[in-house]
Amino acid sequence: MSDEDVNFADLDGVRAALADADYLADDGIAGVVYLAERLGKPILVEGPAGTGKTQLAKSVAEITGSRLIRLQCYEGLDESKALYEWNYKKQLLRIQAEGSDAAWNDVEDDLFSEEFLLTRPLLEAIRAEDPVVLLIDEVDRVEVETEALLLEILSEYQVSIPELGTVEALQVPMVFLTSNGTRELSEALKRRCLYLYIDYPDLDRERKIVTAKVPEIDANLADQVARIVRSIRQLDLKKDPSVSETLDWARTLVLLGVKQIDAAVATETANVLLKYRTDIEKAVKEFADNPDELAGPAN
Amino acid sequence: MTLTDSKSAVNDDRPLLGLLSGFIEELRNAGLPVSLTENLDAMEAVTHIPIEDREAFKYALGATLVKNHSHWRAFEVVFEVYFSLRGPEYEIFDGDTSADAPVEDDAEMSGEAQASGGGGGMSALTPEQLAEMLFKALMQGDDAMLRALARQAVIRFAGMEPGRPVGGTYYLYRTLRNLDLDGLLDRLMEATRDDAPGDLSPLEERLERDEFNDRMDRLKQEIESEIRRRLVADRGVEAMAKTLRKPLPEDVDFMHASREEMVNLRKAIYPLTRKLAVRLARKRRHGRKGPLDFRNTMRHSLSYGGVPAEPKFRFPRPAKPEIMVVADISGSVAAFARFTLHLVYALSGQFSKVRSFVFIDGLDEVTRFFDGVEDIGEAVHRVNTEADVVWVDGHSDYGHAFGVFWEKYGKEVGPKTTVLVLGDARNNYHASQSWIIKELKHRARKVFWLNPEPRAYWDTGDSIVGEYGTWCEGVFEVRNLRQLEAFVENLV
Repeated sequence: MSDEDVNFADLDGVRAALADADYLADDGIAGVVYLAERLGKPILVEGPAGTGKTQLAKSVAEITGSRLIRLQCYEGLDESKALYEWNYKKQLLRIQAEGSDAAWNDVEDDLFSEEFLLTRPLLEAIRAEDPVVLLIDEVDRVEVETEALLLEILSEYQVSIPELGTVEALQVPMVFLTSNGTRELSEALKRRCLYLYIDYPDLDRERKIVTAKVPEIDANLADQVARIVRSIRQLDLKKDPSVSETLDWARTLVLLGVKQIDAAVATETANVLLKYRTDIEKAVKEFADNPDELAGPAN
Repeated sequence: MTLTDSKSAVNDDRPLLGLLSGFIEELRNAGLPVSLTENLDAMEAVTHIPIEDREAFKYALGATLVKNHSHWRAFEVVFEVYFSLRGPEYEIFDGDTSADAPVEDDAEMSGEAQASGGGGGMSALTPEQLAEMLFKALMQGDDAMLRALARQAVIRFAGMEPGRPVGGTYYLYRTLRNLDLDGLLDRLMEATRDDAPGDLSPLEERLERDEFNDRMDRLKQEIESEIRRRLVADRGVEAMAKTLRKPLPEDVDFMHASREEMVNLRKAIYPLTRKLAVRLARKRRHGRKGPLDFRNTMRHSLSYGGVPAEPKFRFPRPAKPEIMVVADISGSVAAFARFTLHLVYALSGQFSKVRSFVFIDGLDEVTRFFDGVEDIGEAVHRVNTEADVVWVDGHSDYGHAFGVFWEKYGKEVGPKTTVLVLGDARNNYHASQSWIIKELKHRARKVFWLNPEPRAYWDTGDSIVGEYGTWCEGVFEVRNLRQLEAFVENLV
């Protein structure tokens, strides 16, 4: 805990700490993380895929020395997967082991004790004694009704189990929710969170990210990579290249021993950056010296 | 103590609190849903932030008050209006009193100015010198210089006079016209070409051009905010907040959407169609049972001595909604039509059977253009170029277009079909042929008409939406996303 306090003393402290963990935060990101820690509120992170939303949670866990507990959301996620479940096989065994002469009340009390509780990520985060960061990934994948599961834990940091009572958090965990924005989240959920939108980074930040994550790259190439990616994002594409794809591309170029990107190199490696055939064709058409000749190898 | 007393006391003690209340009030007026909890969160959040740090202050308010990224633009404008005049670096200085300018600007400026023979502040420069400085600043990407130049340009070219009832766009236009950015871009590119050791490859040229465009965008933003700052100084915060209010994406009128707004709209359509599809699917999942199965019920009644104690139902037939979209793409609704085509594309991704037709005075089926197409831009382009929609003169003729529809595709409209007609029903005084809509209504499950015109304009001039409307299940005014969303919820 004291470790955390040192890191989060002020805004610049947060930014520096994140930078130490190789996460280059801009003003908005650092500011919201700082506030979340101060206010004890969850952060809802939205933005296009591959801009480092999940990575942010991981990096915060890293710098605060906390354990990361992750709940991956998907359609059909329910209570027993997210919160807790009774281990009914063990309960059955318990009943059988008792034999027929035990008093029912004793057995009943026993059956719904913590021994038979299977904790799932949310409850686990609440009951953790060490500092934890809870990451609820891709919240927009669950149905609107399932969102309600999260509300209690997000606002009160507690979980009510009918048979046991209410489990309150021993310490307030940092909570991150991420969403790709495929659907509008409910008002109730949004109200309980701080909102952070992570967009594609600007030229300068992207260049720094490339240099930080691909240390072998030389400054000139990193600059070129960042600039080409920015230009590609301005095209009207089905899927813009994400930061992770930029990094993949930079790594590819380093492995190929490229010193200077020209149209031919860009065309040959475009499939690392872009994942749709139409997008690749479009980008190649825009950037190649002689599109007709070079359209072939890109596919 | 009366209410007003306590309020003013609060304002006196903590001026920030009063300012924030006004700010949040304005956000609500601009249409952002700010709840009471969020309001309190914002109040608490700013106590943790050093007030001098404007960026942090802005993000603290943003994180607590704005929970939808598409509202961010609107938020930024309100923020700027409310807090722009606070903080030393944002002080207004006029051209003739440039001695008051912040020190760092002044130093740079006079250095540059003397080099170009002007002497003194920027106001002494000739327009040519100013253009030259702008050229240099853009070439080097010198942000501080750009900001100073933006101010100077506004002072010089916008022609702002106190109390003049003109909006910011007008001043922006005047300033930009005088700066001639397109010409400047050409010059910049030329200079870059000259500087380059060899020939620039198209890739390099492209990158340079994008870089310059980026810098010019920054310049434009500076100019815009400078104009706003001056307007606020002239007319006061509350008045300006009202005039500068940016409509939220869901409130943007389709007919008058700018290109930037159009892009935002497009992003918003996809979640909407998904919502539509989810609702339909849910209805199927939780749906009622099918109709009573009489035979089965009777058979089971035998085991109860002939009493039909256990009613049996048929399995519900899964609904497979068929949608036929008939859209006007003539000039009068061009902006709306573009939007419509995106909607059709998004719909076809969610429903198994969507057929789309476009018309002006002729009508053509365009479903094939959207089939398995990954790139909506291409599909729209093909619709606009290849679809055979002009019959005589390329002016809307709803009557004839419906005639063609009835003749060619009328037979394919069945009891499962929902027909959506999109258009303003401005028929250029041609025959209405409204009997076709009547017939369609008999055959189809539902017929809806979506009209992008304000309701007040309906049935004025050559608009005959009322005549068609009598035969539709409903005619809806759909001028923005909010209304479209309301329609979607109504439909399901």
